[in-house]
Amino acid sequence: MNCQQARPLIDFYADGELDAARILELEKHIHDCPACALAWRNAQTLKKSLKQEALFFTAPPELRRAIKTELHSQVKPRANFWNWNWLNAVTTSFASVCLALLLIVTLARPSAQQQLTQEIVSSHVRSLMANHVMDVISTDQHTVKPWFNGKVDFSPPVKDLAAQGFPLIGGRLDYIGGRGVSALVFQRRKHVINLYIWPAKEKDSKPASAIPIQGYNLIHWSQAEMEFWAVSDLNEEELVEFVQDYTTSPL
Amino acid sequence: MDERERLKAFEQTVLPYLDAAYNLARWLAGNDHDAQDVAQEASLRAFKFFGSFRGENPRAWLLTIVRNTFYNWLKKNRPAEIAGELNEEALAVEDISANACMANLHQADAEMVRRAIDELPVEFREMIILREMEGFSYKEIADLSDVPIGTVMSRLARARKQLQQSLGGEFQAGGVK
Repeated sequence: MNCQQARPLIDFYADGELDAARILELEKHIHDCPACALAWRNAQTLKKSLKQEALFFTAPPELRRAIKTELHSQVKPRANFWNWNWLNAVTTSFASVCLALLLIVTLARPSAQQQLTQEIVSSHVRSLMANHVMDVISTDQHTVKPWFNGKVDFSPPVKDLAAQGFPLIGGRLDYIGGRGVSALVFQRRKHVINLYIWPAKEKDSKPASAIPIQGYNLIHWSQAEMEFWAVSDLNEEELVEFVQDYTTSPL
Repeated sequence: MDERERLKAFEQTVLPYLDAAYNLARWLAGNDHDAQDVAQEASLRAFKFFGSFRGENPRAWLLTIVRNTFYNWLKKNRPAEIAGELNEEALAVEDISANACMANLHQADAEMVRRAIDELPVEFREMIILREMEGFSYKEIADLSDVPIGTVMSRLARARKQLQQSLGGEFQAGGVK
């Protein structure tokens, strides 16, 4: 190896980027050549000069702070924070308004039950006024029951309570709660009892206490998948008695 | 990974190299004010692109961004400095061969060295900082600064020759073999 070949390799050697085979050759040349040995020493000295601690700049604390602040504001930006709050506030007030509206509507509007009882009372009153209490006039339950066949899509349990003082006087078709229902008509003295029957959507329930509406009493119960509403101008006590008799007497 | 976890990971893996980032920016930009701008912008960009960081070498990754940020900044703020494109051909090996008269180089004090480095063209300065201060290999420097490895070697040789001259270890002795 001559100086021309050796000189460019000195930097590579100093940088630790020279392959082993050429390291041996170069070391041999440096050993024999004072000029290249000087170049080698100078390369090392320059390296040392450039690695002085004093030449390194360290990041100023304010730069470090500025970067941290900026990064944290990006991750949890104030704008987002406000958006979140804003959204939350809107959601909350929207929910409050909805709840208020719901309450108003619920309180102002009659419940389904109230609507139904009102309808039953109206139907009862109408049946008395129009002299249209009965479509089929019969005191015989075995006449009344088949009469409903083909007129409604269910078979109402028809009982005669004449023995208990509530003779069956007939039956009628009516329209309540958006569907055709059967109405059985009973009588006690001059008082007419309409018993509305249609298939139940809910489980059996014992007769509830009488609901007084416009001077009429209503009693509701469910039995054997049928829903019953008894309505009459009878006093509550006697209507309860009627219901008891009806629910306990056999078909 | 949610944003907070991402920031935490970034602070743990990348931000420890903020000193290296600032050091490179400081040497390239030449003053503290511009260096802070470059280092800050580079750090924020690094966080933005942290999702594409594959965990290789966070220091090299960050310094790549610092370097790119710096050259964008330079184009915008001091276009004159990069107007004169380096003629790599002019950096032929004969230039750094044995045509110089060597003297015994004494270790220079920091202030002298600083001035000598500052006098280097920015592309050479960059190589010196990455090689001598950051200790990257030729290959790493080539990847980091997006130039061929041969260019890294020739720029380094050229930069060292100039430093040797500035610091008194070499005299141009025109034509002497």
